[in-house]
Amino acid sequence: MTQTPVIVADAIGKSFGDFAALTDVSLSVHQSERVVVCGPSGSGKSTLIRCFNGLENHDAGTLTVDGVALSQDAPEIRQLRQDVGMVFQQFNLFPHLTVLENLMIGPLKVRKLDRAAAEATARKYLERVRIPEQADKRPAQLSGGQQQRVAIARALCMEPRVMLFDEPTSALDPEMIGEVLDVMVELAQTGMTMVVVTHEMGFARKVADRMVFMEAGRIVEISPPDTFFTAPQTDRARVFLDQILEH
Amino acid sequence: MTLKRMLNTPPVAVTLYFVIVGSIAWVAYTGAQQMGYNWQWYQVPQYIYTFTDDGFQAGEILTGLWATIVLSVTCFALATLMGLCVALLRLSSLVVGKGVAIGYLEFVRNIPLLVLLYLFYYVLGPIFGLDRWTAAVLTLSVFHSALISEIFRAGINSVAVGQWEAAASIGMSRAQAYRYIILPQSIRFMLPPLTGEIVHLIKSSAIVSVIAVAELTTVGRNIISDTYMSFEIWFTIALAYLVLTLILSFGVSMLERRFTTET
Repeated sequence: MTQTPVIVADAIGKSFGDFAALTDVSLSVHQSERVVVCGPSGSGKSTLIRCFNGLENHDAGTLTVDGVALSQDAPEIRQLRQDVGMVFQQFNLFPHLTVLENLMIGPLKVRKLDRAAAEATARKYLERVRIPEQADKRPAQLSGGQQQRVAIARALCMEPRVMLFDEPTSALDPEMIGEVLDVMVELAQTGMTMVVVTHEMGFARKVADRMVFMEAGRIVEISPPDTFFTAPQTDRARVFLDQILEH
Repeated sequence: MTLKRMLNTPPVAVTLYFVIVGSIAWVAYTGAQQMGYNWQWYQVPQYIYTFTDDGFQAGEILTGLWATIVLSVTCFALATLMGLCVALLRLSSLVVGKGVAIGYLEFVRNIPLLVLLYLFYYVLGPIFGLDRWTAAVLTLSVFHSALISEIFRAGINSVAVGQWEAAASIGMSRAQAYRYIILPQSIRFMLPPLTGEIVHLIKSSAIVSVIAVAELTTVGRNIISDTYMSFEIWFTIALAYLVLTLILSFGVSMLERRFTTET
């Protein structure tokens, strides 16, 4: 990892009115690195990764993603978002389009690919998330797990350099979490750079290069998973792990 | 509530309905008889159409109805376009855009339609050389664009925020997000109130008869001033508007059903 990092956050902050969602957060993510962000709800995890593709604008510090310094400058952020895929907790598929159209609309309208190329890309990634047979259905006809896999494929169709996951399994029924995590593990094996906000500690243990633990808008601890799960260096991380792992 | 239940049983309800409607009709009819009104229904058809050696000839009322349809369609198209622009301005992040849109809305919504028509015809007309038809089209378009822009705004706002975020996250610009993601989804929220609005527009188009634009209401006034058949003609004109708006409402409710099953 001698290259310059893909994401460099240097002392960034973000407030919503009086509430400080992020305070003095510094984090670098390198090419092909998998970073899992965890922490209690309201700790700023989602806000942090939403800053990484400009869905939230940080108001202090500097943030560079893929060589672009993020500010409110619209065209550059738009350019950047093509290279930074995002998967949402609530899937956010486009309900008026079929699955295939959901995957094709970005390549067609944003990347300006021709229809045949866009469809080939879409089918390739639909295959990758193992639901090629659902291509012509509407999102509402799919299960939650299938919808989230379509959402992952939609992001991948833009051929991003980084993938951001904002609690991708939190809105799913328990029996569907596995199928989504499987797809994410496979994605990690292809060398994709990933930042994942999740409470799925099994997944974290399996793929994470580094664990980031946040609380009250600050990064409290950054450790390799081995250390983090067996011997967390901070009391707060230990308390958090006890709470989510004890049952 | 035994009385309520009794009133709602089919035979009682139907009887009651006919008693009420019948007595209103009877009062109107006897009133007309007492004032010695000379009914001339047989005169009316010639104003709707005639059948001569040359074949079918549209009468004045049909021509007027057609003018009302053309006027309404033109104004609705213009008003929709202007309404969309105003709504997009209002929802934009431009402070100036928002200000202009709100100013326009408040100005148009808080002036009576009749005064707006006089403004266009008697004030802006001479300044810009607008004829009756243009002044009428502009008045109705401007007035209804304000109402339609609010329908658009509500429709756009009822699409979930996550859709904007998803569109942004694949690199779409705001314009692309509107075109491919947001507007197609808001149509089903907007269709019912837009139907209401075109019906409203057809009805308010009657007001342009005060500047003698040759549409359905003006035609009615002209026939009456020639023939003094005010009862027959106003009934006929009212019926013509009713048929037009009912057909339209029915058509759109079919369309709506298609849209809801699709999504």
